[in-house]
Amino acid sequence: MLDLKRLSREINSKIQEINDRESLEVIKTNYLGKKGIITEAFKILGQIDPEKRKSFAAELNLIKSDLLNDINNFQSKINFKEIETKLKLETVDITLPVNEIRRGKIHPVSQVIDELTSIFSEIGFSVAEGPDIENEFNNFTALNTPEHHPARDMHDTFYLDDDKKFLLRTHTSPVQIRTMLKNKPPIKIIAPGRTYRCDSDMTHTPMFHQLEGLHIGEEVNMGHLKGCLEFFLKKFFEDDNLEMRFRPSHFPFTEPSAEVDISYKLENNKIVVGKGDKWLEVLGCGMVHPNVLRNVKINPKKFQGYAFGLGIDRLAMLKYGITDLRSFFNGDLRWSEHYGFDANDVPTNYRGLSK
Amino acid sequence: MKLTISWLKKHLRTKASSKVIEKALTNIGLEVEQIIKLDENLQLFKIAKILKTEKHPNADKLKICEIDIGNKKLKVVCGAENARSGLTTVYAQPGAIIPKNKMKLVVAKIRGVESNGMLCSASELGVSDESAGIIEILNKKIGQNFFNKSESVFDLSITPNRSDCLGIRGIARDLSAYGLGTLSLEKKILVKEQSRKKIKVDIKKNSGCYSFGTIVIENVKNCESPGWLKKDIESLGLKSISAIVDVTNYIMFDLNRPMHAYDADKIEGNIIVRESENNECFEALDDKKYNVFSSSCLITDNKKILGLGGIIGGKSSAISFKTKNIILEAAAFDPVKIAKVSKHLGIVTDAKYRFERGVDPNSITIGLKNAAKLIQEICGGKISKINIHGNNKYKKKRVKFYLDYFKKLIGFSINAKDCKNILEKLGFKIKVSKKFLDLEVPSWRPDINQEADIVEEILRIKGLDKIESIKPETFKAKPTLNFHQKLFHMVQRSFASRGFFETISWSFTNSKYNEYYGDQAAKISNPISSDLDVLRSSNFVNLIIQAKSNLDRSHFNLQMFEVGPIFNSDLSQEIIASGILVGKKINSTWTESDRDFNIFDAKENLNYILTDLGLSPNELVIEKSDKNYYHPGQSGDIFLGDKKGPKIGSFGTIHPIILQKMDIQNTNIYGLEVYLDNFVEPKKPLRISKKQLLRSDFQNVERDFAFILDKNVLAADLISNIKKTDPLIKSIKVFDVYEGDNIEKEKKSLALKVLFEPSDKTLTDKEIDILSEKVILAAKSIGGSLRSK
Repeated sequence: MLDLKRLSREINSKIQEINDRESLEVIKTNYLGKKGIITEAFKILGQIDPEKRKSFAAELNLIKSDLLNDINNFQSKINFKEIETKLKLETVDITLPVNEIRRGKIHPVSQVIDELTSIFSEIGFSVAEGPDIENEFNNFTALNTPEHHPARDMHDTFYLDDDKKFLLRTHTSPVQIRTMLKNKPPIKIIAPGRTYRCDSDMTHTPMFHQLEGLHIGEEVNMGHLKGCLEFFLKKFFEDDNLEMRFRPSHFPFTEPSAEVDISYKLENNKIVVGKGDKWLEVLGCGMVHPNVLRNVKINPKKFQGYAFGLGIDRLAMLKYGITDLRSFFNGDLRWSEHYGFDANDVPTNYRGLSK
Repeated sequence: MKLTISWLKKHLRTKASSKVIEKALTNIGLEVEQIIKLDENLQLFKIAKILKTEKHPNADKLKICEIDIGNKKLKVVCGAENARSGLTTVYAQPGAIIPKNKMKLVVAKIRGVESNGMLCSASELGVSDESAGIIEILNKKIGQNFFNKSESVFDLSITPNRSDCLGIRGIARDLSAYGLGTLSLEKKILVKEQSRKKIKVDIKKNSGCYSFGTIVIENVKNCESPGWLKKDIESLGLKSISAIVDVTNYIMFDLNRPMHAYDADKIEGNIIVRESENNECFEALDDKKYNVFSSSCLITDNKKILGLGGIIGGKSSAISFKTKNIILEAAAFDPVKIAKVSKHLGIVTDAKYRFERGVDPNSITIGLKNAAKLIQEICGGKISKINIHGNNKYKKKRVKFYLDYFKKLIGFSINAKDCKNILEKLGFKIKVSKKFLDLEVPSWRPDINQEADIVEEILRIKGLDKIESIKPETFKAKPTLNFHQKLFHMVQRSFASRGFFETISWSFTNSKYNEYYGDQAAKISNPISSDLDVLRSSNFVNLIIQAKSNLDRSHFNLQMFEVGPIFNSDLSQEIIASGILVGKKINSTWTESDRDFNIFDAKENLNYILTDLGLSPNELVIEKSDKNYYHPGQSGDIFLGDKKGPKIGSFGTIHPIILQKMDIQNTNIYGLEVYLDNFVEPKKPLRISKKQLLRSDFQNVERDFAFILDKNVLAADLISNIKKTDPLIKSIKVFDVYEGDNIEKEKKSLALKVLFEPSDKTLTDKEIDILSEKVILAAKSIGGSLRSK
């Protein structure tokens, strides 16, 4: 009869010698294979004296299950080792560069238009539009600027015909006229867009962008205008303490008219907006001239309101520290890359206007 | 408009400092644009007295002078022979720049002795050529500036409505209303009539001249202007010419009353004011000859043209230092005519600037009197009676002003007393009635015609800081953006998210390039330059011009887009979003090899962007493009729904001939366009029109097919034919296109992956076979045969 005690000791010592998959397989075959010692021992169980058979079988089963257990343990250990070796071989140089990421850019003017729209949307304005090609009536006459008015001289106009009836709009104000001709008060719109003047030097380009604002109602007064513009400028420059002043001025289509300055200082030759000893003009505004209301068949005794206009390109320059206006329009990708905005950088009032 | 405080004080009694005046001017709408400071360098030259001199220890010809400059005593080394104790001369401080040689003085040791500045000769000071010895000064106080203090000049930006403030008296009047002093009374000027001379003036019909006032002065002796006049004229930035001319300019800037002086001896016969005929020619005071077109206002005598009324005088009757007898003119002209004529001829003068904005028609007499009196004081002579022809056509204007209206428009109340006070000081005549003020508008205010104008007057004097701001309401009656405005916004973001850089280019462009994009363009009558002479017919023109300049800077791989208007010759316009792809999609790296952009990159981007804009690729139909700026074999137009639906996009290879003509070499450019205006707002928003999601729980089956087809059969036709055959066909993908060996010459092979998606049960082998048979049959119907393995 097989000496189980010896068998167990023998197995234990053999197991200590396992170091790879091969030696494991040898033990497996020697003990548990078809002709393995343990397998053979089970085969002859029937020949054992029934009295001893039970305890012998129990002991043999224990040895077998211990062995299986050990084999399993060793198997997973070996697996793990093998994977580790493999992983070591798979090591890459993680400092190698990835493929070039092509990130598009939004033009600062578009970004600022989105910012302006977001701000004015908060206080009930909706966006209106008009064409770039305007007629002389909408651009001038209806805006209380008759022919040969000196203010027309100040707008160097591009004309599209010899009769000077059609032109490229010199400001976004004709959108006021179009809107008022089409809609009845109350009216509360902003109109951003391209504008054109026959003027070109370091600080002027023949095309630029303006935003027009118009609010007409029965009781819209200059206090509303002031409140609206204070709200807008503080939001736009993201500065609740922004200092500003209203100063009388003149536009043919508003009466009274004003210009708004914001304060700034120069730091290392850079304009820093907010506080300081200098004033910078940022927009023109006023109460819509009664003649303009009459021209669009709105009764100035019943309705009144304010209008304002601002230069979008200039605001973009001020807010984002861009110094050269001409580079806005020449498509130099180095400039777009530097000053442009990411596609997902959409200004909203809850996220904030700028990153 | 330029202004000095000393000139202002001729009209305004005030103790206000120039700082206070500066602020006040801006507050009331006469913005101070800049202050031109007196030359600080010249303040470094002081009157000094030599207290004693001693010989320089190391140089025979040099002296050490102890000088007194008023507030301190200094030692200066000097080489002038005339340097002696008791002499009053001019001392230049270290830091001063010597006018003659522009050298900057520093504290220096001269032969071992320190000299704190220098004593100057007349020649060094630039006041004469005398260079022997230092300048000797009489009757001047020690410590004073040697150079006359030139005053700071305020440069004001006067808005076009305020012609009255193009005269210094007008500015003084505004300041007095603001409370900064008292406007001096208009002086009664007594002119003794000593001359009987009278010039006959004939104002013809339609001349554009309403009235023409003259005064004759005989026996004048024209000369250089006296110091005060020179100084005032020069402070305006004008050149002093002669006393007579300077006086006419002085009156113009003092009272906003343009004047003209003629040499009476050069006038032949009478003065005739008439409308010009075409192409009359005359030489003006600016030494230029002008061809005057018809209907200008000419001042002539019996033989020649004397000047363009209200714009510029003529050379033929110009004042010179030999002039003995003069005629002074002050007139009223039609502002519109002056604006038209001067613009047409390109003449800008101070007179025309004033006349087209408005000159007080009632200021003819006062202008003539003031000018004559001044000329007589300086040049002598005998003055004639004033002679005014014509009718100045001025009608008094009255405006009723209700105090309530101010509150309604501006938001705060004002009292009648304040209003009355302000308006009176501005020159209004006021009748107070119970509810309103009945106002007579002063003749110098052509800009005031109605009640709102009065509101502005009171508001600007009271101050805009008095307006209380009202917090804006947040109520919104309409959505912020409409459908097309949203598309505009989304298309920008979508392009940028695909790696495109947004550019904004001019709406105009070069007709030379534009003609490739449209037969007819809208021309600009007065382009800013000849290469920006038409409105663009396509965004591609400027995008490609900009691409070229980037290529020239060695940026070879470009993705650019612009969303903006294009224009048609009938002056209509359309918003288009256009993008271009240039160069390589992939620049070879250690993982990938080079890959140029191709037309399918344009198509892929277009599909992506159209999807961003809310369209599904399934509803799009592609046709060969009809745009001739694309490669005829590599371009497509995309329609919504079917071929008759709106055209919403195009893509293609830009025509190689265009690139050749635009001098772009070694690269193709691929373009894509989205026609935003052709999008139609869906009746229901997407959130409502979107269908419920149906998911199949049964296994999908995929089968591959390869068909041999005629080369000209379109993939889209094959796909749509197959798709129609059975609703279980969920998708069809092309995974290989092959032409070449093993295939007939006019044929191609298209390999498809077809996905069957069962809806209610798993497909059996037999069912799959039937579906596959349907696919093959569909291919056969357009001439396809299954490619044998």
